[in-house]
Amino acid sequence: MADRRGEPLDVRIDSPAREGLTGTTPASVYRPYEDAEQVTIAPDWRPAESQPAWRNDFPIDWPQDHYVERRDFMKFMVLTSLAFTVGQFWIVLQNWLRRRRGRPELMRLSSLDQLPVGSTHVFAYPSQHDPCILIRSDERRFVAYSQKCTHLSCAVVPQLDAGVIRCPCHEGFFDLASGRPISGPPRRPLSLVHLEIRGDDIFATGIEERTL
Amino acid sequence: MSVNRPFTRAQRATIVNGMLAFVLILVVLQLWLLTATMNAYLGGDASIIWPAAGASVACLALNAGLLRYLYRIEHTRQ
Repeated sequence: MADRRGEPLDVRIDSPAREGLTGTTPASVYRPYEDAEQVTIAPDWRPAESQPAWRNDFPIDWPQDHYVERRDFMKFMVLTSLAFTVGQFWIVLQNWLRRRRGRPELMRLSSLDQLPVGSTHVFAYPSQHDPCILIRSDERRFVAYSQKCTHLSCAVVPQLDAGVIRCPCHEGFFDLASGRPISGPPRRPLSLVHLEIRGDDIFATGIEERTL
Repeated sequence: MSVNRPFTRAQRATIVNGMLAFVLILVVLQLWLLTATMNAYLGGDASIIWPAAGASVACLALNAGLLRYLYRIEHTRQ
């Protein structure tokens, strides 16, 4: 059995030529079944006959290719997600180590006589790898900050006449009196070194990291 | 969720696109969490470190669950 033009029938049950047929129709009257899952569609959506020869010689199952590339990208994103989680726990570990170190010890920095008004003194506190700077801005006013810029850890330089601390790497500026960022890339204030004057000596008693 | 009946190729393409969009949103959220936590840690604020780590683990679990579901769909198909 075939349609009016003598061509094999479409196997789909809703095709017009199949109206009235029963389940007893022999299979030979139907066209060979094409699995819709296996049909290769070119990226320009044109039929296979319209494609250039090279595409017919090297056919690629584009829908499957798109599916696989999205699946692999998703796998890569899940690995990225794992990396971010590892990063979070690295911060947890660093915080635990910081708490374990406890409060830094008292350290003598200088005597009042050795630090005239308008001068600075560079020291390392609390460890040898933490450069800090002590500034005497007037007779009774002392401030000390970490010398590491909060942007990318360049060494900052105080400019007492302008009342600022400058980072020469990326032109970041901090307020001399408070250590807070004024302009440039830094967003966090410089770490503040707590000072104590005992007799004629200046001591560092602790360091405070700040977000605002 | 039952996956007894295999999804068609078009359905699987839609599913993977949807999952990918969800995963991307979660990864961007994790990136924001990491930068915010690092900023807080460097600023001496330790109060958000553990909650942020927990949220990041939850995002990872969701992402891994979605990927596992995708492979399960493929396995059912085969």
